[in-house]
Amino acid sequence: MIPPAFEYARPASVDEAVRALADAGEEAKVLAGGQSLLPLLRLRLAFPELVVDVGRIPELRGVREDGEALAIGALTTHHDVIHDPLVRRYAGLLAGATATVADPAVRHRGTLGGSLAHADPAGDLPAVALALDAELVAVGPAGRRTIPAREFFLDYLQSALSPDELLVEVRIPKTEGWGFHYEKFQRVAQAWAIVGVAALVRRADGHIAEARIGLTNMGSTPVRATAAERALAGADGPEAVARAAEAAAEGTRPSQDLSASPEYREHLARVLTRRAVLTAGGMG
Amino acid sequence: MTHIKVNVDGTPYEDEVEPRLLLAHYLRDRLGLTGTPIGCDTSNCGACTVELDGTTVKSCSVLAVQADGSTVTTVQGLAKDGEWTALQHAFHERHGLQCGYCTPGMIMAARDLLRENPHPTSDEVREALEGNLCRCTGYQNIVRAVLAAAGQQDGPGRQDASGRQVGEEVTA
Repeated sequence: MIPPAFEYARPASVDEAVRALADAGEEAKVLAGGQSLLPLLRLRLAFPELVVDVGRIPELRGVREDGEALAIGALTTHHDVIHDPLVRRYAGLLAGATATVADPAVRHRGTLGGSLAHADPAGDLPAVALALDAELVAVGPAGRRTIPAREFFLDYLQSALSPDELLVEVRIPKTEGWGFHYEKFQRVAQAWAIVGVAALVRRADGHIAEARIGLTNMGSTPVRATAAERALAGADGPEAVARAAEAAAEGTRPSQDLSASPEYREHLARVLTRRAVLTAGGMG
Repeated sequence: MTHIKVNVDGTPYEDEVEPRLLLAHYLRDRLGLTGTPIGCDTSNCGACTVELDGTTVKSCSVLAVQADGSTVTTVQGLAKDGEWTALQHAFHERHGLQCGYCTPGMIMAARDLLRENPHPTSDEVREALEGNLCRCTGYQNIVRAVLAAAGQQDGPGRQDASGRQVGEEVTA
């Protein structure tokens, strides 16, 4: 379909973008790569009065090292994230999971910041950001603030960003040396994950010293499988991992849709957590 | 209305467009370049795939105003002096299409793959084309065409009891 009519602004800087957003109140939408927003507009599920296109703000693009973290510009495309040597070295989970997002053409346009700000619990990267203990940096009229991923995803398609704030950077603590794997189950190629599991594993002396598990599509926001994480600490082999993974769905509230019932999603969370951790821990 | 300048298939254009105009509609309805079809409203099918500043995009998921200042290549810009590219020849020779609706997108996506990976395996071809749907062919001949364009041998494949071609043995 043809999108509804809107006004269009193409700011050249973050300050200009924030001013445009502040002036428009709640009626503006930020356009980055457009791979979530344009389908919503085409299906007439969104009716912004103003679209603020931040796609030409060069300072929002790129990856740099900043002490113990990577700072990834919000406008960095999935394609660039996947191929970035710093991301591959220090945040392999992000590179690996991003390579499973949609398809090559979408990954050329879609951005890391856009997919996090969209806050779709079925999106792959919110759960990955959660597992990586990422921090999201936003700029608004009152200045800059840093939001931990755990506090960023509030509800279905709702983030902690206020309407006049722009997500500018994603900070990811380095996890060099950790094992990682993103395991997702989808009905057909390029479909949304019915459930996805992002696993990070730090091994020591032949057992799992620490595991972090982020779950995709197991509720109205991405969630951490905290019970499974606790149970995985100390696991020393595939059987111990399988036992711990039984706790993966604890505390989740998965939805019912055409693809799956809540019970089926809980089952998937357990199975995929086992697989993801075994692969991440080099035990598979 | 917003003023845009784009170069499409080697021809420069300047236009006043509504911000909501999709690049796919701009190409088809304004420029008359109907070689780029639109197959879905959900970004799934990939039929409208074109190249924007050197990388593939789904032109239904890009606004014309976002292409301002850019270079666009559609399937209609591939042949030079009426001479098809190797990929176009391969789709023709390997029967990589039936109704043809998905073909422009398939060719643009395959072109993108071969640029990054000139000698892909059949699995890599399938992965690269995951954003392009074909409802006729079952993909077998599309994969064969891409491999043939990459200069790979087209193996005999296996046959089932009834003599039908099955399996994936099209890699060199």
